[in-house]
Amino acid sequence: MKMAIKDLFGRPLTVVNLGLEGFAGAIRDQGVAVVDLDWKPPAAGVRPLYRTASGLDVEEANQEVLRRIKAARPVLVGMGIAKDVIPGMHEHKILHSGPPVTWERMCGPQRGAVMGALIYEGLARDGREAEILARSGRIEFAPCHHHHCVGPMAGVVSPRMPVFIVENKAFGNHAYCTQNEGLGKVLRYGAMGEEVYERLRWMETELYPILDRALASIPEGIDLKAMIAQALHMGDECHNRNRAGTSLFLRAIGPALARTSRNNEAMARVIEFIDRNDHFFLNLSMPAGKASVEPAEGVAGSSIVTVMARNGTDFGIRLASMPERWFTAPSGKVEGLYFPSFSERDANPDIGDSTITETAGYGGFAMAAAPAITQFVGGSPSMAVETTLEMYEITASEHEGFTIPVLNFRGTPLGIDVRKVRQTGILPKINTGIAHREPGVGMVGAGILRAPEACFVEAFQALAAL
Amino acid sequence: MNVQTLIKTSEYHDSVKLMLVARELSRLPGVRDAAVVMGTEANKSLLEQSGLLSQPAQAATPNDLVLVVAAEDQEVAKAALKTAEALLARRAEPAGGGLDFRPRTLRSAVKAQPEANVAVISIAGRFAADEARQALAEGLHVLLFSDNVSLEDEISLKRMAHEKGLLLMGPGAGTAILNGVALGFANRLPRGPVGVVSAAGTGLQEVTTLLARQGVGISQGIGTGGRDLREDVGGIMMLDGLQALQEDPETRVILLVSKPPAPSVTARILEQASTGRKPTVVCFLGGTVPAAPKILPARTLQEAALTAAAALKGETGKVQESLDQEQAGLQERANRVVEALTGTRTRLRGLFSGGTLAYEAQVIWRSLLSEPVFSNAPLDPIHQMSDSARSQGHTIVDLGEEEFTVGRPHPMIDQDLRLRRILQEAQDPEVAVLLLDLVLGYGAHPDPAGELSEAIRKAREAGIAVVASVTGTEEDPQGFCRQTRILRDVGVEVCESNAAAAQLAGLIVTRLERAGAARGR
Repeated sequence: MKMAIKDLFGRPLTVVNLGLEGFAGAIRDQGVAVVDLDWKPPAAGVRPLYRTASGLDVEEANQEVLRRIKAARPVLVGMGIAKDVIPGMHEHKILHSGPPVTWERMCGPQRGAVMGALIYEGLARDGREAEILARSGRIEFAPCHHHHCVGPMAGVVSPRMPVFIVENKAFGNHAYCTQNEGLGKVLRYGAMGEEVYERLRWMETELYPILDRALASIPEGIDLKAMIAQALHMGDECHNRNRAGTSLFLRAIGPALARTSRNNEAMARVIEFIDRNDHFFLNLSMPAGKASVEPAEGVAGSSIVTVMARNGTDFGIRLASMPERWFTAPSGKVEGLYFPSFSERDANPDIGDSTITETAGYGGFAMAAAPAITQFVGGSPSMAVETTLEMYEITASEHEGFTIPVLNFRGTPLGIDVRKVRQTGILPKINTGIAHREPGVGMVGAGILRAPEACFVEAFQALAAL
Repeated sequence: MNVQTLIKTSEYHDSVKLMLVARELSRLPGVRDAAVVMGTEANKSLLEQSGLLSQPAQAATPNDLVLVVAAEDQEVAKAALKTAEALLARRAEPAGGGLDFRPRTLRSAVKAQPEANVAVISIAGRFAADEARQALAEGLHVLLFSDNVSLEDEISLKRMAHEKGLLLMGPGAGTAILNGVALGFANRLPRGPVGVVSAAGTGLQEVTTLLARQGVGISQGIGTGGRDLREDVGGIMMLDGLQALQEDPETRVILLVSKPPAPSVTARILEQASTGRKPTVVCFLGGTVPAAPKILPARTLQEAALTAAAALKGETGKVQESLDQEQAGLQERANRVVEALTGTRTRLRGLFSGGTLAYEAQVIWRSLLSEPVFSNAPLDPIHQMSDSARSQGHTIVDLGEEEFTVGRPHPMIDQDLRLRRILQEAQDPEVAVLLLDLVLGYGAHPDPAGELSEAIRKAREAGIAVVASVTGTEEDPQGFCRQTRILRDVGVEVCESNAAAAQLAGLIVTRLERAGAARGR
């Protein structure tokens, strides 16, 4: 017997209490540190799952998944046109956020974005034509996630759109994402109209070439992992707040922009555009997350979530152990704050691939780093800290690369473990923008919600049966 | 419809705060719509779409804060603007507001508090084993207070603890004192040279408080749970606890308490105790302790405490002498009590909250009374009460047994059940003596004597003698002297220990029986 009992003698006691609160109080009264758990019984029938039906060691699998995610080195290496660079992309394919969905089941804002994209592509002249084309079956729809891609909100990527290319230098895989349009009437919120297409055209013809040239002049690329880590120290959580990340990006690319500029006025417009869009960095933090998590897919027996995405109709997750299989449930309602003249009645259910940030260990899970955004939910900075602390309950590890100053530089909660979600009954917390339910309107607010339970229940069962 | 506008020049708030204020405004009665935005072109076009773009709003610059309210009438709209100003001035919470987060799982508790070294588990039994296993996996010593943990789980948990060199105290372990800290139902004790391992929770409380009241402190008090010394569990925790105390430099005398263990376990424990250098007092309540080097047998908890205290001074020879002296004093008290009693009452009724104390009383009465004592937890199964709710002959009831505690707090915490049982016994014309135990300390009722005093007074008025002991220390939250005084004030014969109280009650009954027999002749 190792004599740890003897080691306990004479050492200050620190107690964890599960159960009667009076016991915790009595111990505290004696001047001893107590952590009094908010213990709750696990959901009915949920027992600890250490091995799958065929004997796969879940913990061991998870360690491998975590090793891969932590080892990731996402770097922005360049840009390209979607149909040229995204594997499997073609002239009549439109990518969208979330799990697979047919045109018939597609929600309003996603339909709006698809129709807008068809018009932008020149495949339709107006909304009516676009709708007929979309319905005709001549356009192939696929989730971004099936193409190493992620898209915020409607997540629509059409063939002509320029995309960022993020390479995970540790594994050599790539992830893609469009350029962020800003807030207001924008395609990703399902808005349509000349203003939307004009901006998209400008992004294609001026923003993209200038950024592309600048990036090409930075041979080592831009280290997004380091940038996310810094942004977390500057009040971003890199999902709903990207003000610091955007500033850091502008700072990093600034000299290259100047060196490669052929037209200073055009360069100034690019800088202004990025500067006025606090969310510009979202479309870099998202593919950084995608590139980081994807190498973990295919580790047999793992209970860790590698995809969590919504299309405004369904919410879907995939596990590292079952990368081909979506577990879905209806998309949830967002509790939020609305722009003037809009209300809950106008809101579309939860939508977008931006939950890749939570999947990769930041975003809402790093809320403690971003106290300024908590008022989104009528909350307080302490609520932000509580959100992060709560998410540690359902994650397998902590990301040493991403730390939170206010938590004594503790690593962010990393790797949603479907077993822990089931055992604790705690569902991942997501903060998000809200799109109008009708096509063509756009953003109406922002808010917070929890992932739906049903897909975690189903995924847990499927894992146990593996 | 009335639209009112307020422009606050060069006032900046972040957009989220503005949205919050707008939301609050639009919830005000009579308000149709509200906007609180910075005067950017984009925002102004939004206002226009909503029909809120008044002339002053039109003129606002991006540095101006624009507040617009559309309401039923001018009064409501103006009041809403005032509310908006107040809301803008309000801070979400006082700076440095406290964090009220409680971890949900053991793992995250340990993450949050890496120095954690002990888990106290008192959740429902069917979940307790999993959590205890988790706690051991995290390297924590465990006090497993929960009952209803299966024997298989107990064995596997104790083996795991043994492998890791950790304590797994329980299941059903109510008491532990680690490094002077009382865990679960335990008393405030001075630290000192006696280390205790006990398979009986109230037994641990009784011996440690008796020692404390003699001025002897406790190094460690380890509870093992009642099943530890069964053959199948094998005394894993008593052996590990004993070894730890043998190696602990603070501990000079060791005290072991249990009901009689399985013979094979007894042998292992005595062998382990004999190999050590420290005097080891062994109290197997109701059983015998084979002679062995370093072993000091004790028949009762009281004797165990006296022996341990004497062993510290090397005066164990004097223990019997002081017990004899006490015996003589108790006999005198018994005589006095009997003289004051009237009628032909002869029966003894014990109403207990501490299981081990009820057991100790029965051990004492076994050699003192001529008639059997029935119980819901008897020494011998033939004296099992047919109905725990009805006393028969001499009876002692352990109110902490399962039939009384399902869906109800333990009688150490809630005296209600005992209170009613005292009144029930007071109605019984056969009852001569009531014997009670009062257990003080953390976790226990804040004022058990005060709670029981009215019922005791009624029993006294009915002509019943009441004898009690108080298991506790002056430093306990309830205060030993205060509790004792309350009992004395309602006419209770308070004794120094549970053993002495049982002795006194037994002596009273013996006298009454003899007197009755004399009358009968």
